[in-house]
Amino acid sequence: MISPHGGKLVDRVLNEECRQDILAAARALPKLTINDESVSDVENVATGVFSPLEGFMGRADYRNVLNEMRLRTDLPWTIPIVLDASPEEAARLKEGKDVLLENESGRPVAVLHLQEKFEYSKDELAEKVFLTMDKAHPGVAKVAGMKKILLAGPLDLLEVSPTPFDRYKLSPKETRILFKEKGWKTIVAFQTRNTPHIGHEYVQKTALTFTDGIFVNPVIGRKKKGDFKDEVILASYDELIKHYYLKERAVMAILQMEMRYAGPREAIHHAIVRKNFGCTHIIIGRDHAGVGTYYHPYAAQDIFEEFPDLGIAPLFFRAFYFCKKCQSVVNEKICPHPNSEQIQFSGTKIRDLLVKGEVPPAELMRPEVAKVIMQFESPFNE
Amino acid sequence: MEKDVMTVSIPASLYKKIEETIKGTGDASVSDYIAKALREKLAQEEKKGDSFSQEDEEKVKERLKALGYID
Repeated sequence: MISPHGGKLVDRVLNEECRQDILAAARALPKLTINDESVSDVENVATGVFSPLEGFMGRADYRNVLNEMRLRTDLPWTIPIVLDASPEEAARLKEGKDVLLENESGRPVAVLHLQEKFEYSKDELAEKVFLTMDKAHPGVAKVAGMKKILLAGPLDLLEVSPTPFDRYKLSPKETRILFKEKGWKTIVAFQTRNTPHIGHEYVQKTALTFTDGIFVNPVIGRKKKGDFKDEVILASYDELIKHYYLKERAVMAILQMEMRYAGPREAIHHAIVRKNFGCTHIIIGRDHAGVGTYYHPYAAQDIFEEFPDLGIAPLFFRAFYFCKKCQSVVNEKICPHPNSEQIQFSGTKIRDLLVKGEVPPAELMRPEVAKVIMQFESPFNE
Repeated sequence: MEKDVMTVSIPASLYKKIEETIKGTGDASVSDYIAKALREKLAQEEKKGDSFSQEDEEKVKERLKALGYID
């Protein structure tokens, strides 16, 4: 089995006894309310998804990640994992003391062992991570709305939050045991935030041809307006896997993580996360984790050149399309026919058809998948 | 920001050879080339595998069965 990033799977979920002790002492602790995205970060740290991180990054790691795309230990890491607080909130929290982190409903989530508070530049953060300072970029807009101080230190999770999708929620420890149980030695990860069309299926099956199993890993959490809702993505993949995959070769589980739309940097982050889940390979397609036209379509592939020590192998795919002449799914490297023969897997086109209540052609989407999507009254984020 | 770096010595002939090799490639300097090569080498030597206690494994397998991931 592939090693977790940094060599050890982090486990900072408190056992029941410790949890009760902490909760009993919680009244005396200063409290900080954190948003849903930060709750996801906390859980991803504690359950090992973000191994080797043990908490929110301190200044030294933060700066190294911004400037070198590596932790201080030289380990590849491209996205700062940070917790922001207002100056007023930060002022009442003391370094060296514990802080109880609560979600927006007031439920205790974790204990942060606060080691450091520091200021940062939002412009620098946006420019280095997103390669733009355009506030129309969803990641930049989010940074602009962040509070002024960053809090750092290791944390301990009280318990994993329930979600409507718990039956699809597996920790890296669980997927590693699952892959071992299935006898898989090579596992390819497929990151998605979309319902599957034929192009996705083709890419997945091509990768699966060379590996023992595929790990379909939809990202659940905050997404853009117009993206498919989480429940629609899961239902559509369930249907696809049921009808078109061998049960012993495909597994789907969710990843509760905010999409940052950081293009190339986020592609590396996605690879690290999947390595922690036990995957040996990850599919990186055209404009992975991109948005609009902020990144070159293959920037998210080129960046892997800089990380020979990542420990998970990327599988790069070009854009696929259906060729009427070839009568199959092809790409520009294997199909000699002109553009007039091509039917593109356009997400917008498929979406428009679904909105109008029309089933997309079978060359674009499996009818079973389309039917499931159309059963939802409003399948898109509003 | 200044990079935190250390100096190591390599034979001058090897330095020149690397200099020749990286001409026209994406590697900006001999130092970048060597850092990349060493990172690759160290990654290959990374210890494989992880181990969970028998009790942990059994508990996880029970959950995986209940969720339908394994029979």
